[in-house]
Amino acid sequence: MTSEKFEQRRVQLDKLTDEELNQLFWQRAEEIVNPLIDLAKKNTSPSIERSVLLRMGFNSMEAKIIVDGIFERDLLGKGVGGILVKMAEISGKDYLTYGKELVSGKNWDEIEKVYKGV
Amino acid sequence: MSLDKNVKINVDEILKDLESYRPKRRGWTWRKPLDPGTKIGEYEYDNMSENLKESVPLPPAKFFNNIDPQPQEVITSEIASGRFEDDIRRMRMAAWHGADHIMVIRTLGQSHFDGLIEGSPEGIGGIPITRKQLRASRKALDLIEEEVGRPINFHSYVSGIAGPEVAVLFAEEGVNGAHQDPQYNVLYRGINPIRSFVDAAEAKHIMAFADILQIDGAHNANASSKVAWKVMPELLVQHGINSLFSVKVGMRKDLISLSTVPPMTAPSPEFRLNFVYALALRDIFKEYKFRAQMNTRYIESDLFDATRIHVLDTVLSRLTKADLQSTITPDEGRNVPWHINSIRGVETAKHTLVATDGMQEFVGPKMENLREPIRDLKIRSILYMEDIIDNGGYFEAVEKGFFVDSGYFPERFGDGIARKKDGELGANTVVDRDEDYFSPVEMFGYNNIPEQYSNPSDAINGSTFERPEKIQYIDELDETDNVMVRMETNREKDEKGLIKPEVEWKNDGVIQLDMTIPENPDVAEAAAIEIATRLGLEEPTIISKTVLHPAEGSYIELKAKVPFFVDKNTLKIPEKPEILSAEEVTAYTHENPIHVVAGTVGNDEHSVGMREILDIKHGGIEKFGVSYTYLGTSVPVEKLIDAAIETGADAILSSMIITHGDVHLKGMKQLDQLCKEKGIRDKLVLISGGTQITNEIAVESGMDAGFGRGTHGIDVASFLVKKLKDIRE
Repeated sequence: MTSEKFEQRRVQLDKLTDEELNQLFWQRAEEIVNPLIDLAKKNTSPSIERSVLLRMGFNSMEAKIIVDGIFERDLLGKGVGGILVKMAEISGKDYLTYGKELVSGKNWDEIEKVYKGV
Repeated sequence: MSLDKNVKINVDEILKDLESYRPKRRGWTWRKPLDPGTKIGEYEYDNMSENLKESVPLPPAKFFNNIDPQPQEVITSEIASGRFEDDIRRMRMAAWHGADHIMVIRTLGQSHFDGLIEGSPEGIGGIPITRKQLRASRKALDLIEEEVGRPINFHSYVSGIAGPEVAVLFAEEGVNGAHQDPQYNVLYRGINPIRSFVDAAEAKHIMAFADILQIDGAHNANASSKVAWKVMPELLVQHGINSLFSVKVGMRKDLISLSTVPPMTAPSPEFRLNFVYALALRDIFKEYKFRAQMNTRYIESDLFDATRIHVLDTVLSRLTKADLQSTITPDEGRNVPWHINSIRGVETAKHTLVATDGMQEFVGPKMENLREPIRDLKIRSILYMEDIIDNGGYFEAVEKGFFVDSGYFPERFGDGIARKKDGELGANTVVDRDEDYFSPVEMFGYNNIPEQYSNPSDAINGSTFERPEKIQYIDELDETDNVMVRMETNREKDEKGLIKPEVEWKNDGVIQLDMTIPENPDVAEAAAIEIATRLGLEEPTIISKTVLHPAEGSYIELKAKVPFFVDKNTLKIPEKPEILSAEEVTAYTHENPIHVVAGTVGNDEHSVGMREILDIKHGGIEKFGVSYTYLGTSVPVEKLIDAAIETGADAILSSMIITHGDVHLKGMKQLDQLCKEKGIRDKLVLISGGTQITNEIAVESGMDAGFGRGTHGIDVASFLVKKLKDIRE
């Protein structure tokens, strides 16, 4: 921001009361933060997906292997936990058993078949 | 399991059955305030909280019936040794001094670890935060809080590239507070900006579920910028972005704490800047909490410098507002995190907050002088944000190096920290959630929950948050780098009763020496190393030096290692004399009156210690029926003897304070000698006291007894009765 522009805008802000200044502070903060919130709502990451698996009862090493495998297959956008629940149901196993099998290298073809049709 | 204050905490017991240990509670706890005007001892206080069951009060407390008022502000102690098994001892010491927020620093590099660390490996500059380490520390704190009688908040960091997982770990393991601020990741950890914000939303959402208090990271701009006051408008912006982002993902405002540091220190006129900044911040963020940190930006290794700065910083907390008062020590400049400095930091905060109790009743800001500079700061921060918006938003502003620039906005120096939106660690790992995205847990953002479930975790019959028995515990992954191996190296010494001094780790052997050397600093430094080496100490390292005069002298502090152990079983510990009960003493003096003359010998005007021993109101000998004639201070030895003869006294009580040389020894010998010359030595009991006096020294110098630090009236009265019984029989 140039110093001329700063001075111009400052003159406008000088007219505001103390409370109006506080309100404007939060209004501007909203304008910066809203797109960030929107971004966070629509996206996920390997760490978020691993955190879901931890909450499902997997340990950190299992969570890492499973999420890495799903990420490599471009399926993170489906939700790793959701994939496990659905695949466990299809195969008639409980999801923890199904996940542990993934860790030992099994079941990956099945996932590709169901989610990618290959 | 519970703790006995005379027994060390048993770390073996802490480590036992950890796989099934569950923390007592979730979430943050504030102190319980006492009503304004509540009396503690004989004084009324306005800003204190409930007393502790067990504590170590401030040093002057012994003059005030050992009261230990606890401020309403939570007090933080930072613990950062790299070995949690040794940190546990330090946590207990800090809690006894009044800390109820134990902040555990993470090991170097953990923020770049893509996942969780397990087991108990040793850390550098902090500890690897793992489930085992958290569970063991929390278990120890659960015992320590029972011992001191106040909940202790356990705290670490939800930053780095594994934020959401760390947040889950904290929620599961009863961690009560955490640093979380995506801007910290972006600016100081070089983690991809998009990944940082996307992860932060989920991490904060989990923290909100567990009522974990959040501390933000804005204060780091203070420490990183070239001139700290110039980032004040930016600090308001950083606090604003993190606070609002946190609220929007579901955090309660009363669990969002702004981390703020008074930016300046003397020799600048710090108050002019610090006060205005603190008030502006607290006005904009009035619905939030404040974590006041002490300034370290300008402190190198001088402990007194740190203490002065931190007292003033804490006065500012009292004058404005703080919900947590954090403490920090100049340990980085001194190479080692010292137990003692951690305690001193807590004492500095406690002392200042207690000393300034009620201050706001008498003094307050003059708003007519403050309004304009406060408005100026607010306007700069608003226009700073408009500049971000004009440039396309947060990520674009970061790319252009807006943050931590050394110009005072709108001025820009072009030396800010620039980070690429699509670059840095973890770039291109963020993925769009598809329309059929589903996670079987309650989370932030889009979640396409199948119709059959009213709650997403119904799909898995409850998550670890509702059913903690589902949590998997990993004990160790590394057979050589773990707590059991480290503890084994000390076990034999412990069992044999071998002792070494320590500053952070058991048997580290480190001691500190200080000395004044009448030379310039370079010569003094080399001389100090030579002295330590000749004393047989190992690895001497200078930790601080102060110029007293460029040629006349330098003050040096060094640390070094003691190469030997001391055997506890061979130590000669003086036996404590048996003390008669107050009733026994009083019963004797009632039937057999005792009179003494007392005074401070030599050229010394101190009388406090002596009055404590004499006066009835301090529990002195008068209380037990001993009458006295007090001659005052700077009394010649002859005068004491003459007065004893005149009043027919049974004893002379002399206070001997060392002013120079061995004047105290000479005083005692002279007293003994003169009594002998006058032929009254057999009939008179001679007693000396003083801070440097021991019974041994006094008896060697011809006295019947000597009393040092910590003596009470009953000790002296009891001795008098026993001795006079012998003489009179």
